[in-house]
Amino acid sequence: MQALSEWFTELLADNTIFTAQTLGYYGSGLVTTVQLVFLSLIIGLVLAVPLAIGRSSQRRWIRTPIFLYTYVFRGTPLLIQLYLIYYGVVFFDGIQETWLWVLLEEPFVPALIAFTLNTAAYTTEIFRGAIKATPRGEIEAARAYGMSRRLMMRRIILPSAFRRALPAYGNEVIFMLHASAIASVVTIMDLTGAARFIYARYYAPFDAFLFVAAIYLCLTFAILYLFRYLEKRLLAHLKPLEQ
Amino acid sequence: MAATPLPLEVRNITKRFGETEVLKGLSLQAHKGDVITLIGASGSGKSTFLRCMNLLEQPNEGELLVHGEEIQFKQTRHGREPADWNQVVRMRAKLSMVFQSFNLWAHMTLLENVIEAPVHVLGKSKKEAIEHARALLERVGLADRADYYPAQMSGGQQQRGAIARALAMDPEVMLFDEPTSALDPELVGDVLKVMRDLADEGRTMIVVTHEMAFARDVSTQVLYLHQGIVEEAGPPAEVLDTPRSERLKQFLAPKH
Repeated sequence: MQALSEWFTELLADNTIFTAQTLGYYGSGLVTTVQLVFLSLIIGLVLAVPLAIGRSSQRRWIRTPIFLYTYVFRGTPLLIQLYLIYYGVVFFDGIQETWLWVLLEEPFVPALIAFTLNTAAYTTEIFRGAIKATPRGEIEAARAYGMSRRLMMRRIILPSAFRRALPAYGNEVIFMLHASAIASVVTIMDLTGAARFIYARYYAPFDAFLFVAAIYLCLTFAILYLFRYLEKRLLAHLKPLEQ
Repeated sequence: MAATPLPLEVRNITKRFGETEVLKGLSLQAHKGDVITLIGASGSGKSTFLRCMNLLEQPNEGELLVHGEEIQFKQTRHGREPADWNQVVRMRAKLSMVFQSFNLWAHMTLLENVIEAPVHVLGKSKKEAIEHARALLERVGLADRADYYPAQMSGGQQQRGAIARALAMDPEVMLFDEPTSALDPELVGDVLKVMRDLADEGRTMIVVTHEMAFARDVSTQVLYLHQGIVEEAGPPAEVLDTPRSERLKQFLAPKH
């Protein structure tokens, strides 16, 4: 313990890398990463609910296009999707003259679009699996008690499926946090972007990247904790009472 | 002719699964207060017959009248379907079903299970539904289990809870699909007791069961099904004590 604190004091004493300025980079990188991940997750979640319902539909013309979408976005690397959206959008004729260009010129919006479409695809499949796994007996009971399809979806199938999907969705959230690191390749100064910048400036890979790795670990810890809390509350119904 | 319409009447129901004809023209009339038990070996079609009564299975032919209202059907390329699903929804709300495997909604507490359909299907106020539900849970001996989830209760408790859920609809007819078959022997008694109470208070019930003692003591009419037809029908004393057909005699003979 003593040795550790001595080492740490020494580190701070001849520290030339972690100045107020570089910490500021990390700080704004953290904000960017959290914004990017949080926004894409929220929008992705909102998109995934109707998509998952459609994906579970008995009508092929509803089901198939949604499958194609999830297949393409799960079947190609996120980095390629980001490249296509960020670099590819320029080639739409006349887009630079429209108001959309204000949004698409900066890398943040294209990255947000790529991340949202990607996480929505995964989340759709997570929910679809959970919807499909609804116990048949519970659906029969809902039908036998006079529920319409819509009411049954709202009151029985979705509440049951969301709970079932929670552990898998928690995984998806962590995955998105780490996947967001690739935003830095399109010049976004997220956490990883800040770390790359500082590494390039001081040529100190361990300091720059270990520090940022620690921040990702902390964020992951917060997510794990949040989902553990949610699971405890929302999955209480599956746990038998202790005798 | 009749002043009050029958709670439930089915006429000449047939049902095919692919090439196999499992119901070959079955009819049944339930008067108010009747307890009709359907008995028969597995595969005789008794559960399918019951499931046709609230259209969990679509009969291929036949008529279905709930409280005098005939269910309308139409032909589609997938076969016969109800013409108006709103009518089916309305009719199902009058017939509540108790299942072999309880089928309580796992993510809701027992109380939430009981008030779910009254509030969201019948449009009752939540307060009124809760009051009614508490009285029903008291009645089936589960007042102290209102806030438990199904997974936290024994099979017998779940089934009594499911009966409370059925009663909460104030149904015209209650359909029981082998309600004690999934229970441990020591839990069967509690469920049957609740069902006897219901019969005594004049509920109209249609019960698919293997419990011969229950059929004999409680029912007003017994239907013995064999290979999709009613082989014998009548008051329990007649059907169960003086069976005419060899098959029913065999079915009723004590098993070793």
